[in-house]
Parts: sequence; structure tokens; C-alpha cells
Amino acid sequence: MQTEIIISGFGGQGVLFAGQLLSYAALEKDLHVTWFPSYGPEMRGGTAHCTVIISDDEIGSPVIRNPTAAIVMNLPSLDKYEPLVKTDGVLVVNTSLVDRDPEREDLQIELVPANEIAEELGDKRLANLVMLGALLNHLDVLSIDEVGASLKRHIPAHHRDLLQGNIKAMQRGTALAAGEKLAT
Amino acid sequence: MAEKEWIETLIYTKSGSLTELGTHYCPGCTHGISHRLIAEVIDEMGIREDTIGIAPVGCAVFAYDYFNMDFAEAAHGRAPAMATGLKRVNPDKIVFTYQGDGDLASIGAAEIMHAAGRGENITVIFINNAIYGMTGGQMAPTTLPGQRTTSTPLGRDIEVHGFPLRMCEILSQLDGSAYVVRRSLHNVANIRRAKKAIRQAFEVQRQGLGFSMVELLSSCPTNWGMSADEALTWIEEHMVEAYPLGDYKVSPSIAVTKKDEGR
Amino acid sequence: MAKELLKGNVAFAEAAIRAGCEAYFGYPITPQTEALEHMAKRMPELGRVFLQAESEVAAINMVYGAACAGVRVMSSSSSPGVSLMMEGLSYIAGSEVPAVLVDIMRGGPGLGNIAPSQGDYNQIVKGGGHGDYHPVVLAPASVQELIDFTVEAFDIAEKYLCIVIILADGSLGQMMEPAELPEMKKVRSVKERPNWALTGARDRDPNIITSIYMDPLVEEELNRRLMAKQAKIEANEVRFRELMLDDAEIAVIAFGTSGRVAQSAVKTAREEGIRVGLLRPISLYPYPYERVRQIAGKVKEILVVEMNSGQMLGDVRIGNEGRVPISFYGRQGGVIPLPDEVLEEIRKIQSRINASE
Repeated sequence: MQTEIIISGFGGQGVLFAGQLLSYAALEKDLHVTWFPSYGPEMRGGTAHCTVIISDDEIGSPVIRNPTAAIVMNLPSLDKYEPLVKTDGVLVVNTSLVDRDPEREDLQIELVPANEIAEELGDKRLANLVMLGALLNHLDVLSIDEVGASLKRHIPAHHRDLLQGNIKAMQRGTALAAGEKLAT
Repeated sequence: MAEKEWIETLIYTKSGSLTELGTHYCPGCTHGISHRLIAEVIDEMGIREDTIGIAPVGCAVFAYDYFNMDFAEAAHGRAPAMATGLKRVNPDKIVFTYQGDGDLASIGAAEIMHAAGRGENITVIFINNAIYGMTGGQMAPTTLPGQRTTSTPLGRDIEVHGFPLRMCEILSQLDGSAYVVRRSLHNVANIRRAKKAIRQAFEVQRQGLGFSMVELLSSCPTNWGMSADEALTWIEEHMVEAYPLGDYKVSPSIAVTKKDEGR
Repeated sequence: MAKELLKGNVAFAEAAIRAGCEAYFGYPITPQTEALEHMAKRMPELGRVFLQAESEVAAINMVYGAACAGVRVMSSSSSPGVSLMMEGLSYIAGSEVPAVLVDIMRGGPGLGNIAPSQGDYNQIVKGGGHGDYHPVVLAPASVQELIDFTVEAFDIAEKYLCIVIILADGSLGQMMEPAELPEMKKVRSVKERPNWALTGARDRDPNIITSIYMDPLVEEELNRRLMAKQAKIEANEVRFRELMLDDAEIAVIAFGTSGRVAQSAVKTAREEGIRVGLLRPISLYPYPYERVRQIAGKVKEILVVEMNSGQMLGDVRIGNEGRVPISFYGRQGGVIPLPDEVLEEIRKIQSRINASE
């Protein structure tokens, strides 16, 4: 069983870190995992994305065309990855920065105003974790508790004060996803 | 009457830091003198067994055949980089490079500049004879304006080939340089001064004070098309003017050197 | 040791440290710079040598110098930087001192880009610098292999007094995977350095390390010595991994990241009932020609997959000796082929085989 997740957005939105968090959690659960980043000459801005593959078996290619799930943090990412997600896969859209609705009808779609929620929580940098929380509600491979535990272990020392905020952000994302699902 | 006793007094012998091998250098070339001076200094300092030399690409490519100590042969111009690698993993050894003008000032300009800039604790003996010797007398970065070489048959035209590089003047500007001086080998008095400078350069390294370089104005009678004597005179009359002798950088921590020694 | 999530560039740098690497000289170039940065932090902590050189030209000559002193020394770079190192590598080969280099390849030629590529195959595997020599070349396909082969590289380099190059690409340098690092090995003391090393001629004759032999007959002796060494390397150091080749009608041959991509495609093709297997050469020099020959005797067609315009293809042709048709699928310019593209090639070959039966 293999799960492929693409997380995509502007540089600085924390997409690479969100992917690493999934990878740490997978490692700690003794699963096979690859984290494959886009890397470019820009330190800030531009587009950034990463592919995380989690499997109970040895992973071949660390890159794939059609992911099981995608988190898209901005419009260019939605345009790029919406057509690529596998049928019945998950698409988590940051509606704060996307001004159109997704067109696919064969996906589990989660619309998350991640920037607004993050600002409500007092730190707009938390948008990536809100999105991640929303995704985790749809994935069997890792639970929010498992990702929370790996966040505790791997949050950089200079961001340790943000730990509780990060966890809260993930919970908000998960709750939102669960709530919206109940509503439909 | 008792038989007369002969008393032998040794007045000259080969330095212990040189091998028994005769050199391949042309008659009248001053490489032999600079080899001898380095060897004498190493003997006098008692550091032969702790010294590692690096030979260049150029006429002195086989210098390791003549020095009786550990030696490596570098790629053209790269001796300062190689010396850096050797010295950094052998910090208690004395590491010196022996480089000509093409090697040091042309193809190896970046390596010498950065070794000096880092204050690399190595000693460089720089042989400046204003010409490429080994390849047969082509223009060097130190060839004088108007000087005829096989690649400047009408003389070095500054409009085409630009100007000579004065390496002591350049390298002395770098903060990492501890001791950068120019001497000449064209007569006995200058040879004696050259030896003192070489000694000082090795002492600078022994004390860990940083980069040291002695530039030696040298002759190349073969490629200059002169006799040995004429070549020495040519150094005195032309090269010393273009490359003034003297101490270009003497770090304040080197107390024993007299500032005006070379002039 | 437990598995950690490690980035390829950091992983091989730390692996080298644990293998007893005493000195690292390098120059920043994407996508390998994290290795240099890791060395910059760790080597001084351990009292070892790290130096950022003024260029790759200088870096490899610093490696040459430190190698002459008999210490474990390495550099790492990426394609354009490795081109600049070719002069130094040739001198190191001619002087027969051990050295390790990691090439995290990127798109080219020229300045190209920083995306993953396998375009340095011919340059690295066939020698690269001037003159007759072969570095041993190992191609990892995972962060774990990057670690393991780096450790092994130092042993091989010292065993044969040769250069060992780890040939990986930007994706391996940049990706993170769980992997296990080796235990920290003790660094040799000066007294334990090899007897040929330049350590000062105390109580022994001077050691000379050089690569110039003006007499062609003497130079020929060096060449013959290198050839004899290569014969030993070819006999002892061939490495490869393979998958599902036993009953295969189609063999895919691919190295490094291409090999991993091909592995995914082969597994999917098997699920579709296609009898396909994978040969992933690990030692690119010495190349597993004999294994290619054996496989060519059993399968109906070979597919070579590379992230270049078909450089390893030449070696597969040598091993194949004209036995079966070989097709090639490559992406260039820093593009990684995706598993579905390779799968499509496998399917095409299968339908050719079906049509001919």
C-alpha cells in the first residue's frame, strides 16, 4: 500500500516543512518514506513543492505523476495538480489564496481558508499546518496524533515556542475537514 | 726532518639537503643557486626531516630529484593549493613550494593569491626569470615590455600583451601575507641577501606567522640568448629596474628583519 | 544505530566523517552544497580539516596534497564543478594516491541547470581527465546506498590506491529518506599513515609522489601498473542489484535514480502480467558486462533508461554483443522520467514481442 502526497505553494509557505513532518511521522511508524523537494535558486518566494511517498514496502521512484493526495496552497498549484490527483484522491485547497472552485468531481475536496484560520490563531505562518490537519482527516496512513508527536520531536529549537500553536493549527484543520464532511 | 703533515680544511661541500645527483639545468642558470640556498637554510635550521617540498611545472619540475627530502609534484600552477592540503593535515611540518613565473603568476595566479589571502602557513620560493624556460622561451607574465621571446618575436607589445605582473607588490597587499620580499641572484652580495631572506621565510613558517614568499630574480641565459655573464648583467640592468628589490611585506611580528636589507 | 530521516547530501558527508575522513576541500555548487555546509560545521568540531577553496580547481589540488600525506580525504561537487576537477583527478590517478569524490550531477551541458541529471556518465566512468586511467565509480539509488558506498569508497580507494567517485544526481542529494549511519571510526594517527605518505623523511629515504615520467618506457610501466590494477578491480569490484530477471523476457537496465524509477515501472508491468525484470548496475566502472551478457542470452529485448541522451547505452551494447535488440528511453536536461513513461516503453516492447510470435 503506497500513499503519495504532493504539497505545493509559494516558497516561504512552509510546504517543505509540512512534507518533512509527514516523513518523520512515517519513519517513526516504521514505514518506508521518501521526501522529494523541488529546489531552486530562490531562497524565498517562487514556487515550492515536495512529494512525500509513504509505503509499507520498499519505495521505487521518489517521483510520480499522479498523487493520492495534494495540498495546494495557491492558485498555480491548484492549476498544476488538480488534474493530476488520482480518482477518489484528496485535494486540499487553500481558499484564502485561490479564487476559483476546483472542477474535478471525482475527488475528495477540502476547501480550507488556511490563511484566515492561521491569522485567527495569531500567526499567519501556521497556514501550512492547518492544511496538513485537513489532509490528515482524509488519510488512513498517519493520524494527527502521530504527526503531532513527530512535530514535538522535530520542530527546530528556535521555533519551539510555536509548538502549541502548530498543534492547534493542525487540530483546527482536522476539525474543519471533519465538520464539513458531516455537513454534506 | 719529519715528513710534512698535510692539513685538510673543508671549505665547501654539498648540502645534506641536496642529493648527489647533478642537475639538468642549463649552464649559467641560477636554479642551481636557489636550490643550494634553500638546502643550506634547511640544513642550518635542522628541519630536513620535517620538510616537504612541492615542485612546479616548469624547468624545476624535477626539483624532487635534487632535494633530499619528501617531495610532491604539482599540476601547473596548483602548488599552493596542493601545499595547502598537505600543510593542513601536517600542520607541524614545513611545507614549501618552488614555482616559476609562468606557474605562479599566470596559470596559478588564483591559487597563489588565495593561499596568501588565507595566510596559508607555507613558504613559496618564486623564481622570476621573465620567460618560460621549459617550453622554449615564450612570453611569461613577467616578461618585460619590449622583451623578445619566441611568442613575442618583435618584443612584448603592451598594446597587445599588456603589462608584466609584479607579484610581490600584489601579494604584499593581502592581509594573510606575513613575509613577502624580492631578492636577486645576479651577484654574490645579492645571493647572500637572498639566502637571509629564504631563512627568514622558513622561520616565519616555523613560527606559524602566515604566508611567506621570496621572489628571486633569476637568469635564463639559454632562452634570453646570452652568455651566463651577460644574463647576470641583464638582470642587474633591466630586471631590477622593473622589479625593485626589497621587503614588500614584513609582518610586525617579525622583529629581526631589517627593513632596508634588500635594497 | 537507528534509522534517521536524512537528506542525501548531509548523509554522505556524515558517512564520510564516520568513515574516518580527515580532510574535506570543496566549493559551493547546487545541488550538493549541503554536504559542504555539513562539513563546515562538523569537521572543526572534530578537530579535522575543512576548507572552502577558491575554486574546484584548487579544491581538488588540496585533496591531492592531503592525499599525498596519507590521510582519508574527499571533495564533493556537481557537474560543472567536477569538470574543473578533471585536471587534478588525472594527476591523482597518475600519482596513485587514494581520494574520494562525490558528483551530485545536474543538467547540462554548460551551466545547464540545477535539476537532477545523469549526464556526466561518460565523463566520469570513462576517465574524465587526460591520459589512461579509470576511477572506480559507484552509483547509489537511495540515501542508504549513498551512505554505504561513501564508506566503502574510502576502503576501495586505499586498497587500490585509486580514485573512487560516487556518481549520484541532484534528486539523491536533495531527497530525504530514512537511513542508518555507520558507527564513528577512529581516525588514523600520523604513525599509522601508509609508508608511501609524505610525512617528512625521518629515519627513512625521502618519499617522492609524482606523475611525470619523461622516458616513455618508464611511463609505459606506470600505465601497465594501472592496467594490472584495473584488471584486479574488474575481477573483484563488480556490483549490481537485480529484480525479477529469472523468467524475464524483457530486461530493463538503469542505474541510480533511473534505476529506482524503472523499478516502479517493472513492478507495475509485472502486475499487468509482463515478464520484465531490472538490472541496476552499481559499479559503473567496473561495469557488469558479464551480467549483461548473461541476461542478453536469456531475454528477448533490453530497455535502457537514463537521465541523459544514452551514455550507459554504449556499455550495455558492449555487454550485449549484438545478441538482442536494445531500445532506449531517456529524459534529458534535468527531467526525471516518471514511472508511467517507462511502463509505456515496456508495454511497447511487449507488444512488439507479441506481434513477432
